[in-house]
Amino acid sequence: MVAKRKAKPVKPAEPDVTPETLKQFFHDMLLIRRFEERAGQLYGMGLIGGFCHLYIGQEAVVVGMQAALTEGDTIVTSYRDHGHMLACGMDPKGVMAELAGRRDGYSHGKGGSMHMFSREKNFFGGHGIVGAQVPIGTGLGFAHHYRDDGFISVTYLGDGAINQGQVYESFNMASLWKLPVVYVIENNRYGMGTSVDRASARTDLYHRGTAYGIPGEQVDGMDVVAVHHAGIAAAEHVRSGEGPIILEMLTYRYRGHSMSDPAKYRTRDEVNRVRSEHDPIDHLRQRLIDGGVATEAALREVEKKVRDIVAEAAQFAQDCPEPDADELWTDVLAEA
Amino acid sequence: MPSMNMVQALNSAMDVMLTRDPNVLIFGEDVGFYGGVFRVTEGLQKKHGMQRVFDTPIAEGGMLAVAVGMGAYGLRPVVEVQFADYIYPATDQLISEAARLRYRSAGEFWAPITVRAPCGGGIFGGQTHSQSPEAIFTHVCGLKTVIPSNPYDAKGLLISAIEDDDPVVFFEPKRLYNGPFDGHPDRPARSWAQHRQSEVPEGYYAIPLGQAAIVRPGAAVTILAYGTMVHVALAGAEEAGVDAEVIDLRTLLPLDIDTITASVAKTGRCVIAHEATRTSGFGAELAALVQERCFYHLEAPIVRVTGWDTPYPHVFEWEYFPGPKRVADGIRQAMAE
Repeated sequence: MVAKRKAKPVKPAEPDVTPETLKQFFHDMLLIRRFEERAGQLYGMGLIGGFCHLYIGQEAVVVGMQAALTEGDTIVTSYRDHGHMLACGMDPKGVMAELAGRRDGYSHGKGGSMHMFSREKNFFGGHGIVGAQVPIGTGLGFAHHYRDDGFISVTYLGDGAINQGQVYESFNMASLWKLPVVYVIENNRYGMGTSVDRASARTDLYHRGTAYGIPGEQVDGMDVVAVHHAGIAAAEHVRSGEGPIILEMLTYRYRGHSMSDPAKYRTRDEVNRVRSEHDPIDHLRQRLIDGGVATEAALREVEKKVRDIVAEAAQFAQDCPEPDADELWTDVLAEA
Repeated sequence: MPSMNMVQALNSAMDVMLTRDPNVLIFGEDVGFYGGVFRVTEGLQKKHGMQRVFDTPIAEGGMLAVAVGMGAYGLRPVVEVQFADYIYPATDQLISEAARLRYRSAGEFWAPITVRAPCGGGIFGGQTHSQSPEAIFTHVCGLKTVIPSNPYDAKGLLISAIEDDDPVVFFEPKRLYNGPFDGHPDRPARSWAQHRQSEVPEGYYAIPLGQAAIVRPGAAVTILAYGTMVHVALAGAEEAGVDAEVIDLRTLLPLDIDTITASVAKTGRCVIAHEATRTSGFGAELAALVQERCFYHLEAPIVRVTGWDTPYPHVFEWEYFPGPKRVADGIRQAMAE
């Protein structure tokens, strides 16, 4: 889909991806896709209200990245966060229940689609303000650095957030203090309804750290293996004390920005062309079959398994009661 | 017991906490090498090292947000915003991230950060170095807001703020750093040395957040004040010659409403004094609470003595500042009916 470019080359590292890993990628990407499709349906049925930003089309980015990390590395992202939570290993039931505003959702229904967390999985949120998670992820990087615990911060942001001032405040501090942060720009080509070329003076975003001495690389974000390789190299770079790095993932979201999106800012053809020619899951499926890694039947098994997980999550969310009214008052401050 | 001014007391609080807790970090613009524009962090970097006391770029939004991430991972950052007037670029992070992290994660994560900021006028700082923006933060659930009025309280409250698991905005009235100020700019400046509250223990002690102090007991009228205005209120009461009870709120949020209520129930009259502008100032909240809880005890309308609804004017500093004469007039007004 894209030509890869580098602002400054990082160490090449292209270890073989095992058949098992490839199959796991397929499972994880499919889980996100089916989960998101079901979330969209539940939204249409009125079971999920408010804001709901689906990750469909971008699955390769978070799946390839997360598989490149070590347990203990910390993750923070924006409001398009369902995929990240699933890729972090958070329970689909808890995520779906949160979307539906239910008691057993990750934030007891009080966070909603954009605001979920898991200490257990080192997922530091879903954040609803564009760009606001970037300095927070930088702070996580600082904490790793200060504690010298060997972990890194992976901070996801979109092409819309990249023009926020606090992103550059973060880049400067991260580079100044050599913090272990991988900034993953998920360039899905639209900040809500504004295409990158209508918002950014230069449409390549991987060089946005150049002024701060932060190396950057552009990656085909529709190719999970390419993402994975870039992720491994980037994680190694920052873990070794070299300071932060930027990965620009060229990706695409199939659905609207959120559930209410007039879709006037791009043509149906454009969307269909990406779906048919560059779909990350189709691409991997073909690779698995052509390479003799998995049979059609085996992949159908994976699909069935994923369908069951998603069905269970949706049922769980629907059956789960709303939180007690008293929850309105809890967790405002440390003490009630 | 050593005598400290407010700068020394605040410095001592941070020194104590840096020594007690390796998770405590001090940073901000010019706080490390330079020791802070008001010298509050002087010597801390030398003693505790550059890893724990350090300078940041001039980027309040990013700096506060980095603190949120550090806090979520278990550190206890204490960030200096050089002047309260510079805090606005960081309000997004303070309001939408720091204050709300606990609620929207259902208690999974929180931001135990302390934001120190010198506030208030009295040093001819003009409109961008004199503001008192406390009401912006008391409007935000999930934040605590503290304003000390003397060295002893400043140290004990700052230690509590640093130990607190919630984000605390800690305003330091800059006119009080080097001495008590009763609102008479024409009189010679006094030092803290002669003030009872300048006796500050060297070691650890904490003053709980949410406890007001009655700094002058009285029976005729209650005066609610905080920060510099505590000293001005005392002077105003003297000038009015009224047996006023002056309450130093010390913490605006959480607010010690019980001490306020008990006092107004006794006196039946209430004057509220703050340096910040009047409209939607913290005095409005205080007036609402007092009338809700003490309506049948009130003998007269509640009086607010505040800064005017203007930017802080450089040349008219003392026309803006609600000095003792305005407080005395307010007391007389409250006593008239």
